[in-house]
Amino acid sequence: MKILIPIKRVVDYNVKVRPMADESGVDLNNVKMAINPFCEIAVEEAVRLKESGVAEEIISVTIGSTAAQEQLRTSLALGADRAILIETDSEVEPLGVAKLLKAVVEKENPDLIIMGKQAIDGDNNQTGQKLAALLGYPQATFASELSINDGKAEVTREIDGGLQTVSVNLPAIVTTDLRLNEPRYASLPNIMKAKSKPLDVMQASDLGVDISPRISTLKVTLPPEREAGVIVETVDELVDKLKNEAKVIS
Amino acid sequence: MTALVISEHNNEELKSVTLNTVTAAKELDEEVHILVAGKDCSGVAEAASKIEGVSKVLLVDSDEYEHCLAENISTLVSKISGEYNYILAPTTTSGKNFMPRVAALLDVSQISDICAIEGPDTFQRPIYAGNCIATVKTADEKKVITVRTTAFDATPAESGSADIVSLEEVHDAGISEFIKEELAQSDRPELTAADVIISGGRGMQNGENFSLLEGIADKLGAAIGASRAAVDSGFVPNDYQVGQTGKIVAPNLYIAVGISGAIQHLAGMKDSKVIVAINKDEDAPIFQVADYGLVGDLFDVVPELEGKI
Repeated sequence: MKILIPIKRVVDYNVKVRPMADESGVDLNNVKMAINPFCEIAVEEAVRLKESGVAEEIISVTIGSTAAQEQLRTSLALGADRAILIETDSEVEPLGVAKLLKAVVEKENPDLIIMGKQAIDGDNNQTGQKLAALLGYPQATFASELSINDGKAEVTREIDGGLQTVSVNLPAIVTTDLRLNEPRYASLPNIMKAKSKPLDVMQASDLGVDISPRISTLKVTLPPEREAGVIVETVDELVDKLKNEAKVIS
Repeated sequence: MTALVISEHNNEELKSVTLNTVTAAKELDEEVHILVAGKDCSGVAEAASKIEGVSKVLLVDSDEYEHCLAENISTLVSKISGEYNYILAPTTTSGKNFMPRVAALLDVSQISDICAIEGPDTFQRPIYAGNCIATVKTADEKKVITVRTTAFDATPAESGSADIVSLEEVHDAGISEFIKEELAQSDRPELTAADVIISGGRGMQNGENFSLLEGIADKLGAAIGASRAAVDSGFVPNDYQVGQTGKIVAPNLYIAVGISGAIQHLAGMKDSKVIVAINKDEDAPIFQVADYGLVGDLFDVVPELEGKI
């Protein structure tokens, strides 16, 4: 079985970003970048499927600038066999990303595509579902458990009321939730080995896909600030404030 | 033109998030229709017909929509989308699951999780865990939108009198199958609809200690939530999680107990009206968003609080 893992380079999850002074976007100057945490979970799941003998080959793919090669190398160090960079310097919306990934899927014919449920920059939570729609594949989003049997994937999904289990025919798209697994760290020997694994670069413009944006960002601002509160000394004082000042309990 | 709201329900009850979504739809369009797709769900359609300002309820009652599988519902919505300018659903795990699929079938860039409407094609939405708000304008003619329900009031659902129209639209993609569901059974309000929420974090130390929060929850009619750390540690199930990738809540009162306040957690609750933080670490970031902070050991403070409210 062949697994494709689309990944994304994003701002590290510990960084608290701010808008640029002219409000034209988010200030990403000198900000630490990393592989999107949900994508890391996708890589880990693919590697585990390979380790357990279910999968033979893992291909990671990303769409972005030359700098995104860094995250592809990380995926190779974690266990992907080869990587593809679809190079573009422009920002691509989830719909465009899904169209580019569709072109890759049609070329590589993976049996399973595992990807993060959302990227922690745009928080869109769209690309996996859109890719599934464009390919006519089934989708199992927000996965917390995955098993492969008889050409099907059985997936436990985290939903608002609890857990739901679905079975989807392969090829399928699975998007990862937080508790699917706990990603490993890349070992030094594997980081060294990753440097010699194949990494193909192709230009987004060569894939013959319309990725022109539909959505323009007019401005990026800070959310309304909460006014600083007070520290109360005792439970009595807290109860008094909640009753008489905030009036949220009676 | 008209806006279409995809209702959320469990085939028996209409979920209240639908009412918030209708409010957003009414801001965008004069006429609002609502889709109730499910199995044996005519009671839901009845409830939807009472939502004020909704003129038509489309009822699609068929086996393949029973569990709202994305493959089937997205085909249905795209097939009936012709007359609609706007297609809206709440940003719940269900809406997040099928709406992007609808958008892709219609070749539209979805606008996820809008928190304000600035014009017919211009919206505000949180990005980077709500650390920034982006104002975005779409060029798509048909607009596929998910709605942050805490940002819009609920439309009353008592005096409306919409027509209920049954549609025969059967779309079974045959590529996915529902196996089972394990849903939490609780007499408490749902997190996303609760007036009061008390949440526990890593400081609770284990699952048994969450029972400490139940006494306060009982007295205040509160829902119980948790931080990611508490869910990851196995203290409570995943459906308790409040945060960037969990549930987004905005109750009148949010009590954070033993929660340090990672930005991902704050993203899910910082629009609450009043926030109380109880934590023994006075430097915990949760105190920066709390209206009332109490520095102390939760195992002393929580029982005392329960006794005094």
